[in-house]
Amino acid sequence: MRTVLFFLQEISYGIDIKMVDISIDLGFLKLKNPVIAASGTFGYGFEFSPFIDLNQIGGFVVKGLYLSPKQGNPPPRLAETACGLMNSIGLQGIGVERFSKEVLPQLKALRSAVIINICGDSNEEYARIAEYLDKYKEISAYELNISCPNVKKGGICPAQNPDDTYEIVKLVKKSCSTPVITKLSPNVTDISEIALSAEEGGSDAVSLVNTFLAMGIDPETRKPKLGNVFGGLSGPAIKPIALRMVYQAANAVQIPVIGIGGISSGRDAIEFIIAGAKAVQVGTANFTAPDSTLKIIDEITAFCKEKKIKRLQDLSGTVDFNPQM
Amino acid sequence: MLKNHKAVITGKKSWGNDYFLFSLETPVIARESKPGQFLMVKITDNPYPLLRRPFSIHARNRQNIEIFFQNTGVGTSMLSQKQRGDEIEILGPLGNGFPIEKKYESKKASLVGGGRGAAPLYFLACELVKKNINVTVFYGGKSSKDLPIASKFKKENIRTLCSTEDGSSGSKGLITDLFETELKTDIPSLIYACGPEGMLKTLSKLSKTYQIPAELSLESMMGCGFGACWGCVKKIKKGNTAEWHKVCEDGPVFSAGDIIWD
Repeated sequence: MRTVLFFLQEISYGIDIKMVDISIDLGFLKLKNPVIAASGTFGYGFEFSPFIDLNQIGGFVVKGLYLSPKQGNPPPRLAETACGLMNSIGLQGIGVERFSKEVLPQLKALRSAVIINICGDSNEEYARIAEYLDKYKEISAYELNISCPNVKKGGICPAQNPDDTYEIVKLVKKSCSTPVITKLSPNVTDISEIALSAEEGGSDAVSLVNTFLAMGIDPETRKPKLGNVFGGLSGPAIKPIALRMVYQAANAVQIPVIGIGGISSGRDAIEFIIAGAKAVQVGTANFTAPDSTLKIIDEITAFCKEKKIKRLQDLSGTVDFNPQM
Repeated sequence: MLKNHKAVITGKKSWGNDYFLFSLETPVIARESKPGQFLMVKITDNPYPLLRRPFSIHARNRQNIEIFFQNTGVGTSMLSQKQRGDEIEILGPLGNGFPIEKKYESKKASLVGGGRGAAPLYFLACELVKKNINVTVFYGGKSSKDLPIASKFKKENIRTLCSTEDGSSGSKGLITDLFETELKTDIPSLIYACGPEGMLKTLSKLSKTYQIPAELSLESMMGCGFGACWGCVKKIKKGNTAEWHKVCEDGPVFSAGDIIWD
């Protein structure tokens, strides 16, 4: 009798698991779950294959790519702060050609979304990369890193101006058929305005936030903690500000919003989804534990089961503003 | 597959509030480790301090490895408060370690360590001795209290020469001064070293002057430890070009002649 009961419990548990649907439909891209590893924290993907099965995550965004190989910034490139990390890596990378020859073949057989983060010194560089990689069907989408300084515009990055954002998205969309996610910078006055510009330019989605411009000083030496003086702050320290911006962006646009900023647990991810994100990206947590993405996916599933949420997607944009009882 | 190992602290030794030695039970890492490789140790499950800390492998036996570290900040201070029986999460073994080439067997190696930088040299010395390489350890610190593991080398019958900046133990001065004095009478076939950047720079010069190959283990702040963040770079020569190379993945040990110092 005991065996039978145990067996029945197993079955109901099994049904329970099946009843939770954490897949996400972004329209242009279906994800098996909402967890995407963020650009710059996941290398080119294969760096994590000794630790996790890459097929289990929703997707990953590779390290930012310029047309040519890039040297990056002088060290120190990292500085830790309370609950956060500042970096000034400077997008050191192998360039598009080496990437397509050496890295892409390794990512071909994957069943998770492979998203290519595109950088450039000019709008034309973004467009050329998008065009160059367009033939590779293993690429699920592009993510435009529009926080790169535009050399022709005095080093101002497109993400900081609605017109520049519109212009660059429009140009890239014209040059490729691969879906385009525009990654927004939080270093702006009005994120809604920029998100709208990306949407008007034809972006298929927006992801936010990139890192917050930050600085550290060593009181002993009075020297900046980062070789590049300024760097980007990431990690749990930025989560509440990122969440606020994701909420604002999600209320401004119709296209899907992908939430990023200090997510290191399933509950963090759920917060962003409730705020209006359809999917999330996990960044700095990949350094703390290389299997963070898998842990977060498990925690999301457990949360949905506990709260009897059948379809995670339905949770998106459901902040409850009723007065607390 | 590299794993995020859980290891129990099976032994703890401390020297005041400055230096600590932990034994960690982790048979897989113990089996796979090579001298000069390192571990990324998770300090806490809370978000502060956020990043893991890199520690070189100080020693190993069948079941255990040891880490030897100095209390220098928030991370190491919190780690030093852990007790025997506590469990910690570690990634490893990471990096390439010291090359131990067959051609040096039956020859003489000088191991130069400064302060906490002596940590990986104990593991290395033990392995070199097994290969019949004649080992001399040069171990320097600020003061006599900064040479806590000198007795460990001596216990293995390894010739160990010490120096302190204040003269409280061994010869007075920098360890590179003592090493250079020795070079006048006794030239090793190769140099292995780990320690402060100033010490490594001087050794690079000596390696060039005396034409002795040197393998130097570099220290760098690390975000991940396994090549994903590109945060720990140093300028390294490869062929005719010098580029930023990752200390975690391409190192932490580099040939002295390939390192471009600032």
